[in-house]
Amino acid sequence: MNASANPIPVKIVIAGGFGVGKSTFVGSISDIDPLTTEAAMTKASEAVDDVGDATSKKSTTVAMDFGRVALSSELVLYLFGTPGQDRFHFMWDELIRGAIGAVVLVDTGRLEQCFAAVDYMERAGVPFVVAINAFDGVLRHHPDDVREALDVPAHIPVLVTDARHRAAVRDTLVGLVRHAMMQASSPAPVNS
Amino acid sequence: MTDSNQEQPSLRVRPYLVTGGRTRSTIDLPLEALVLTTPAGQAAIESMNHERRRIVELCVERQSLAEISALTHVHLQVAKVLVGDLISEGFLGSHTANASPSVRPDVQLLERVLDGLQSL
Repeated sequence: MNASANPIPVKIVIAGGFGVGKSTFVGSISDIDPLTTEAAMTKASEAVDDVGDATSKKSTTVAMDFGRVALSSELVLYLFGTPGQDRFHFMWDELIRGAIGAVVLVDTGRLEQCFAAVDYMERAGVPFVVAINAFDGVLRHHPDDVREALDVPAHIPVLVTDARHRAAVRDTLVGLVRHAMMQASSPAPVNS
Repeated sequence: MTDSNQEQPSLRVRPYLVTGGRTRSTIDLPLEALVLTTPAGQAAIESMNHERRRIVELCVERQSLAEISALTHVHLQVAKVLVGDLISEGFLGSHTANASPSVRPDVQLLERVLDGLQSL
């Protein structure tokens, strides 16, 4: 971490439903044990400068796991898992800001859990890939079927991964970065 | 995700008390912004109060905003305000603080990320 005077931080967001393996995915490749940061789920993200207002709100917290991977002495990659529940979507704008893109992890047994993440990334124009987490190494549905079920456009990669395995996680991230490079050089049409 | 209700061993005050009620920093840091304590910050450590001191001590080794929040158990928005103040006062430095946090990496940077990932 200290090898370079000014390492550049970059960020990838790991999205998907609750219990789909986001934390496992991050932990498989992170140099550090994944950390948890908490954010207050008040209207704090709207400028509330009045003391009484800010402190009288009921403070609920939302926890986000993240990990860190040194890619070189000059480059450090942060991986942020999104909070699983839909009611925490307000944090996604902050998470996705300036990110390379997002991996939407999918459990084919609970496909509907990733709808919100796919919708969000499409609307926000964020480069993303869909990654089917093959639990126990078993792929229960063909990626083409998942693409059809999710109604994912043809230019969005649908990959197969295994959140427990470092190499599979790395390959998934490589897939996302390649996709982001394509999108950066020829922006995809924004979905309405 | 992690249970957010587990007892933390440290700072448990109302989140915005330590920031004087402010929820916005003058410096718009992204979560991954890297922060380092400056010589001025090191010199001033003894005179600092609890939260500020812990942040300045922690950032003797470079840390991201997210790590500062996680390791000091301070809510993210609060950490952002405190770190922003410390940068404004010259006690912390962040070379990413002035870059626009909303711009996605360009193709050249993405190529470097790709190279880095493939060498893992």
